[in-house]
Amino acid sequence: MDTILPIIAGAIFATGIYLLLRRSLILTIIGIILISNSVNLALFSLGRLSTENPPLIKAGSLEPLAPFANPLPQALILTAIVIGFGLLAFALALAYRSYRELGTVDQDELLEDAEDTSAAIVPRNDFKKGGDA
Amino acid sequence: MNGMLVLPVAIPLITATLALLFRKSSVLQRWFGILGMAALLGSVMILFRDVYTDGIQVLQLGTWAAPFGITLVADMLTMLMLGISAIMGVVIGIYSLYDIDKERERFGYYPLLHILIMGVNGSFLTGDIFNLYVWFEVMLIASFILLALGNSKNQLQGALKYVFINLFSSLIFLFGVAMLYGMTGTLNMADLAVRLPMVENTGLVTTTAMLFMVSFGIKAAVFPLFFWLPASYHTPPVAISAIFGGLLTKVGVYALIRVFTLLFTQDSTHNEYLHTILLWVGGFTMVIGVLGAASHMEFRKILSFHIVSQIGYMIMGLAFNTAMGIMGAIFYVLHNILAKSNLFLISGIAQRLLGTFELKKMGGLYKHYPFLAVLFLISAFALAGFPPLSGFWAKLSLVKAGLSIEQYVITGVAILVGLLTLFSMTKIWLSAFWGTVPEETPEHFGKIPLFGAGKLYILMIPVMIIAGLIIAVGLYAQPLLELCMTAAEQLLDPSVYIEAVLGPQ
Amino acid sequence: MKSLILHTATRLMIGVLVLFSLFLFFRGHDEPGGGFIGGLVGAGAFTLYAIAFGTEASRKVLRVHPITLIAIGLLSLVVSGLIPMFVAEPFLTGKWLFIEWGAFDTKLSTPLLFDIGVYLCVVGFIVTVIFSLEEE
Repeated sequence: MDTILPIIAGAIFATGIYLLLRRSLILTIIGIILISNSVNLALFSLGRLSTENPPLIKAGSLEPLAPFANPLPQALILTAIVIGFGLLAFALALAYRSYRELGTVDQDELLEDAEDTSAAIVPRNDFKKGGDA
Repeated sequence: MNGMLVLPVAIPLITATLALLFRKSSVLQRWFGILGMAALLGSVMILFRDVYTDGIQVLQLGTWAAPFGITLVADMLTMLMLGISAIMGVVIGIYSLYDIDKERERFGYYPLLHILIMGVNGSFLTGDIFNLYVWFEVMLIASFILLALGNSKNQLQGALKYVFINLFSSLIFLFGVAMLYGMTGTLNMADLAVRLPMVENTGLVTTTAMLFMVSFGIKAAVFPLFFWLPASYHTPPVAISAIFGGLLTKVGVYALIRVFTLLFTQDSTHNEYLHTILLWVGGFTMVIGVLGAASHMEFRKILSFHIVSQIGYMIMGLAFNTAMGIMGAIFYVLHNILAKSNLFLISGIAQRLLGTFELKKMGGLYKHYPFLAVLFLISAFALAGFPPLSGFWAKLSLVKAGLSIEQYVITGVAILVGLLTLFSMTKIWLSAFWGTVPEETPEHFGKIPLFGAGKLYILMIPVMIIAGLIIAVGLYAQPLLELCMTAAEQLLDPSVYIEAVLGPQ
Repeated sequence: MKSLILHTATRLMIGVLVLFSLFLFFRGHDEPGGGFIGGLVGAGAFTLYAIAFGTEASRKVLRVHPITLIAIGLLSLVVSGLIPMFVAEPFLTGKWLFIEWGAFDTKLSTPLLFDIGVYLCVVGFIVTVIFSLEEE
């Protein structure tokens, strides 16, 4: 497993990069998801794989049954997965919103004519009534 | 052990929570915003005194001893950065009172702003590399939403670029963390500093260093990786632009400084290319950024490209790797946060008056609002490095550092870029402040006073505070220069940091 | 979604799911389980209800606004961290309170409060995400 996992992680990473370079926004998001998973896999395999007891302390004893597995990489991955989950939920919502507002998921079309920047903020014309601040 | 160390993180979190609970009441949220930022500033000042008198302060969270638990560390660099972040928090808090509309407030602008500040402070404080990743993500998710909040077409386009490039950079960071863990079996930065030199496979160490370089490089917007910044920072409301442009990119610079002085030291045989790469990156960042600024005609785009250019100076100071150079870099970070965010804030006032950010459609500000013009000049001259303003001392120490280690070429480039900076500042001055008042200017232009009816003074107070700080730092530079020198000396001698975290070796 | 099977099953399942999520939450004190996984199952219950009867009905069943849940969760996270600071110990240090009632001995602790915070945050966050995507 020690050699297979890094190879799988690398293959998934490469696939992710390929998808990242595609023009469709949805494929880009899938690419990010794949890369995120491959990095988690790399983190897992860099934490060394071993077949040992789970690192749980049985009732009545003070330490886990040796030899026990290293729980740290799993804690790290769990954190990374949760963070990734939140970020991807946001990315999906953003992509959906962009599709609704801009009518396309093709990045070439999505990102063109970004010049008109002054329209981004509607100037507040509430000076006369003294502002609402 | 200093229990106070958690406050710069805990206070924004409490404020954000309260703002979330009372999200229906706009008045309460604003009060929480101002009070929370003020409390943050107070706690940072108390901590600053501790660090100044007693040296590096450490807190082991949950009483778990150093390499196993999460450690918070405050050295002089951390404190300087925390101080500037708290000042920015207060200033942006005031500016937001007027700048942020009801709609954005309803969708949680204030909680997000505080969570952003919490992420920034956490990144400065943490002494654990994985925890640094977590704080980066906290900061990122808040910045994502702040950038996209409002859903205008422009903002969505900016947010798309920002979100995907930053997601990718975080994943590279995480991969770097995984490599470090695989090589050394630890994630505590002090412990890593002890163990990394013992790793036999130097190729792996260099690779990991490059992963961090690319990841933090994207966040700091250095030369080949900066393109996302000018494409997105000019889209959100000005208060958000200012805190992004002032503070967020500097967190990337902070991470670069921390990692390349503590973990991957430039003088060790592990990383012989590092010094050269940093130097080239710094030089190109300066030049490309300022050229980009020269070619644009939109207020905030010019400022965005200047962020990139100024980052180059900081990287250059880091690459000099002498006490003088790193001191210059730290001083430059502090000065740049002030000057840059002030320029953004002024651009916001100009837009309120003239209704646009396009320089071609602006004009006449000097005639009708001379005080605003003076404030702009102070910030612009500080950015370009005129004496006696803060930028002068920042550039002077960098140039001195460069000359003292005989890096003549890049020092010359740095001076030349300073001149070009002045060129694009002149461009803004010529078209927005001089020039005739354009025809399609809103009716209120020239009639609304800066102080009085219209409540524009809410926008003016923060600008005046920062301008005052710029002048103060310029006139009394010595104390701050000494603090930066202390910070640089602490950085160049990691054994103090390591001893503070892990105890006597 | 209009489906008799789904409707009937959901009515039966939602109580079981919420109970199961609480079971996972309390079991997590000493054994595998805990606030995160319990929160996921709890959020699953309300998501299922939203799929069967629509988000409006699900919001009614939840009673509290999901963002309020996140806020209360965050607040209990901070408070659980701050409690040890009152007895001059570092942030997040675990503090325990044993109450002896005779038959039911109770262990109250800051880790428990922290876990409640995690549970509420997870439920609030996931339900917010699902509801707002569903309502688009």
